[in-house]
Amino acid sequence: MNAIQEQPVCTEPATVEREYTSPQVNIYETNEGYTLEADMPGVSKDGLEITLEGNELTLTGKRQQVKPTGADLLYRESEPEDFRRTFELDPAIDTTRISATINQGVLVMTLPKAEQLKPRKIVVE
Amino acid sequence: MIDMSLIRYQKPETNWSVAPLRQIFNLRGDINQVFDRMFQFPFDLTRDNQFMGGWVPAIDLYENKDVLTVKAELPGMKKSDIEVSLHDNLLTISGERKQESKEQSSEYRTERFVGRFQRTFTLPTQVNAEKITAAYEDGVLTVVMPKAEAVKPKLIPVTVK
Repeated sequence: MNAIQEQPVCTEPATVEREYTSPQVNIYETNEGYTLEADMPGVSKDGLEITLEGNELTLTGKRQQVKPTGADLLYRESEPEDFRRTFELDPAIDTTRISATINQGVLVMTLPKAEQLKPRKIVVE
Repeated sequence: MIDMSLIRYQKPETNWSVAPLRQIFNLRGDINQVFDRMFQFPFDLTRDNQFMGGWVPAIDLYENKDVLTVKAELPGMKKSDIEVSLHDNLLTISGERKQESKEQSSEYRTERFVGRFQRTFTLPTQVNAEKITAAYEDGVLTVVMPKAEAVKPKLIPVTVK
């Protein structure tokens, strides 16, 4: 079934140090297109990079590592790596009309389907 | 001539210098360490809840000589939906992430958590509750808590008579 499929990002062997962590995403589909929401805390508009190669969409978010001045880190749960995730797009998506905004660390992308590929009724004469 | 020295016969299981057995011996030490770490401060700061299906946002804790800083990763929240409270020396960060309803859509993939979350933990030092500030930017909540005067490191002059 054609849809937004996920590509594995790391194809290196397990002994290589991982560079990226995968952001959690929600993907919704309507007749008009897809909406993608990705959690990338600590990433602002400047740290965000979205590239489209063929029908592969790659989201990269660089975290701003802001350490309070002169402070010691006592306890850490957040991951230091930047975010990265790649998706293979449904060919029905009109790639010229993809849009993206980021607010409070959540990236929201709209991927509309091309007009002629939307489900539509065919009138019988 | 072969020099034969008398050495005591050692039963294999007590010969810890044999490599594979040493690893098991070290493993025992590692397990002891895990249990010891569980009871160090702040032992209540664990993410075990995650396996019970709740949202456990990641927390970082920093300390310098004047303030304690807590950073919590809470993407996609409204400021009004985040609560920070301090009781005795327990800091609680809680709130609810609400989902904007999507019209007529099928959920193809849902990984982001929606709903209430709460993290409570003991602070390592006393803080001045009146001077706590919190800011929320890029999905990260930063809580700055100035230490109470009594616990700030003070330079004690040494006089020699």
